[in-house]
Amino acid sequence: MRRGPALRRPREDVLLALVLLHLVLALLAPVAAARLGRRVFLLVALAPGATAVWAVTQASAVLDGRPVVSSTSWVPGLGLALDLRLDALSLLMVSLVSGVGALVLLYCAAYFDRDQPGLGRFAGVLTAFAGAMLGLVLADDLLLLYVFWELTSVTSWLLIGFDDEDAESRRAAQQALLVTTLGGLVMLVGLVMLVQEAGTASLAQILGDPPSGGTVPVALVLVLVGAFTKSAQVPFHPWLPSAMAAPTPVSAYLHAAAMVKAGVYLVARLAPAFAVVAVWRPVVLTVGLATMLVGGWRALRQDDLKRVLAFGTVSQLGFLMVLVGAGTHEAATAGAALLLAHGLFKATLFLSVGVIDHATGTRDLRLLSGVGRRSPVLATVAVLAALSMAGVPPLLGFVSKEAAYEALLGDPVVFAGVVLGSVLTAAYSARFVWGAFARKPGCADTVVHAPSAGLLAPVVVLGLAGLVLGLVPGLADPLVQGYASSYEGEPEHLALWHGLVPALGWSVLTLALGAALFLAREPVRAYQRRASRVLSRVDADRSYDRVLDGLDRSALRTTAVVQTGSLPVYLGTVLLTLVLLAGTALATSTRVTGDVTAYDRPLQVAVGVVVAIAAVATARAHRRFTAVLLLGAVGYGTAVLFVLQGGPDLALTQFLVETLALVIFVFVLRRLPATFTRRPLRLSQGVRLGVALAVGGFVTLAVLVAGQARTAPPASQAFLDRAQADGGGSNVVNVVLVDFRGFDTLGEITVLAVAAMGIASLVLAGRGRRSGDPEGETALTAAGGQAVDEPGTPAPEVVP
Amino acid sequence: MTGNLTLALLTGLLYTVGTYLLLQRTLTRVVIGLGLLGHGANLLLLQAGGPPGRAPFSGAAGTAGDGVADPLPQAMVLTAIVITFGVSAFLLALAYRSWVLTGDDEVQDDVEDARIARQRPDRHAHAHPEELS
Repeated sequence: MRRGPALRRPREDVLLALVLLHLVLALLAPVAAARLGRRVFLLVALAPGATAVWAVTQASAVLDGRPVVSSTSWVPGLGLALDLRLDALSLLMVSLVSGVGALVLLYCAAYFDRDQPGLGRFAGVLTAFAGAMLGLVLADDLLLLYVFWELTSVTSWLLIGFDDEDAESRRAAQQALLVTTLGGLVMLVGLVMLVQEAGTASLAQILGDPPSGGTVPVALVLVLVGAFTKSAQVPFHPWLPSAMAAPTPVSAYLHAAAMVKAGVYLVARLAPAFAVVAVWRPVVLTVGLATMLVGGWRALRQDDLKRVLAFGTVSQLGFLMVLVGAGTHEAATAGAALLLAHGLFKATLFLSVGVIDHATGTRDLRLLSGVGRRSPVLATVAVLAALSMAGVPPLLGFVSKEAAYEALLGDPVVFAGVVLGSVLTAAYSARFVWGAFARKPGCADTVVHAPSAGLLAPVVVLGLAGLVLGLVPGLADPLVQGYASSYEGEPEHLALWHGLVPALGWSVLTLALGAALFLAREPVRAYQRRASRVLSRVDADRSYDRVLDGLDRSALRTTAVVQTGSLPVYLGTVLLTLVLLAGTALATSTRVTGDVTAYDRPLQVAVGVVVAIAAVATARAHRRFTAVLLLGAVGYGTAVLFVLQGGPDLALTQFLVETLALVIFVFVLRRLPATFTRRPLRLSQGVRLGVALAVGGFVTLAVLVAGQARTAPPASQAFLDRAQADGGGSNVVNVVLVDFRGFDTLGEITVLAVAAMGIASLVLAGRGRRSGDPEGETALTAAGGQAVDEPGTPAPEVVP
Repeated sequence: MTGNLTLALLTGLLYTVGTYLLLQRTLTRVVIGLGLLGHGANLLLLQAGGPPGRAPFSGAAGTAGDGVADPLPQAMVLTAIVITFGVSAFLLALAYRSWVLTGDDEVQDDVEDARIARQRPDRHAHAHPEELS
């Protein structure tokens, strides 16, 4: 069927419009919140809601292999374009990001108190976060993807730190930001390398024709580091449990659909093209398995329901990484199914914890008792979700885990790791249900305030979705197959019942071992406590703290060394750098031909000796006045050298300026002490002399080399020829100054004017207020012990 | 072009003494050092124009750099002389202001920087707190 352009345009434009709708509503939210209060969430839910509905209407076309593609020029000079593309994987992600996003926003409307401060800001940032995530999964340009990637980092930082008066939540927000943006920067390097290697930034083109150059493995590892930090893989995982400090709806969204799924998405996106690269599978599988086991082990130890779920997410993310990174058709099928299943059950569970927290005021599973009996609806839905997480039929979690077992059976090591991780998952799922809803002996029933229907509705919808898709796997199958078909191979359809296959046996064994682990929870707990004494030495969270401490310390040390606050040290550093860099270039120069005469005119030597003696004496003088007079001698001597060189104008100017300078010096010196502060000749003076000799030697060499560097006739021959005709003067230097290079002279006059203004303000500062300024008076008498405002009195020390 | 050893050495010496004074703490000596550096720089510019010659007037016999002194470096030196004078005068005004405020013209180390340099992340390093004052 041919689709005409008239039909296609709207379909494409909607894609960008939906991303922009998020942005517009995000900006609108703070204003609207003033009027709407917490109902502002119903307004902003329009953005993800509309996106989810639209995505459903496009599903059949997209799964038919007709992706929606939209391209808008952005920064043509840099080759940046707003290229968006909705294909099967993006559709799967969009249904999670926007579907779960809309439900979470609806939940927010009932979750927050009416008078909660900062609701508008929160609603705006959460919507922007959803929009950034949507852009991320739609982006068809690697650099655009990176922009959205970092936008999710920044918005999640704002969301986690929502309670900005709480130190823990500030730390969590900072940790999330530092870890994910660090990974993001590493990833950017990898992405740029990939783009260079492929010659295009288009994701579709890169995947269609993957580059295979020598830098590709390095680029992939760098990109994977970014994906690992974002998806909380070992050893970057601690930011995710810390992010529990965020309000519960944020945790639900962060864990189930957004942010952490970005890394999984990127790996899923790249795996079909790059899993064949030798470095890919070992890295992804090792990290994924380690994460799955560490997360499961830690989840079993937590007492806070949210932390149980948080470490559970870490574990499941590891599982997802293994599946989508394995790079086979079967594993991709299982991975896509688990992506969907995890989004549904994890959002349900987090929102349930939010309801429990709301209704009882605690999330500590040691304090909760009998909640299930008091709120049966919530308990039913949450148990369904937990069963899905544990992989119990007939839920979507079971379907995906069966598919995963089928896919991984061929690799014993990976399979063993995944089974072990699943046993832990089953155990902490059971512990979660027990902790949240069971009646515990010796524990009084918790007081439960009935949750409102608005709070429960989104939870019920999400929980039932997992059940429906589990009972009728055919509903989710096309979505999953759409992604899996990017691999070669026969489609392995999702099914509840595969027959009596080995995977089923392993599933039963997993559940049995998980149940056993849960029943033996007291001994397990005691064992974990003993083990943690050893394991805590490699605690990633503490390592993060140590790294930050080390950074602080080294920053302080570096500042102490580099920023000494001493002017001589700064100047010395600049000069030594000059000598070392430019001096090396000079010393290795081939231009020194040895074409050097001792002098051009004998008088030069005589005047030169006088100037040299005066200069050295200047440095040795103890009296200020002596030093200034000697400086004048050097100036007059230089003027004589100008004459000898053939520059009478220069000599004249030099004489005048030198005289004027001497007068000004005298004006200032009559105020200052007669002698310089006497300083013993210490090591530091020796160092100064050393630096000075190095600079002097460098300059001598530079003069000799530069003098022989000329290869072309002087440019000034034209000045000589044209001075009379063009400038109307016979003194060529004058004509150059006022005519040929008049702008130089303008600049020179400007410098003089600025200096004059500076001098005037420095000399006149505070003059009018001095008598009425007791503070200044005290400072002066204390410091100088000498009255100031007696312009007529010559300072007694000045003796020429 | 032939190098002139006398002038090259003198230029180097003026830079040496100028730099040495520039690295001192007394603002007057810094200004004097800057003046010496200025003289050195002017000599350096002048030598870039080549060997001595007749003053550059139009109609002088010879060409630039050969018989007649090069007028371009001379114009630059003229500008440099005036600007060095402006800067020196400004620095002298600074020295004067420093004397008005503190009774001296010494350039002290930045107090804040010194405090940071003394700061230690662990408290055990504060072995000599009396040094702080």
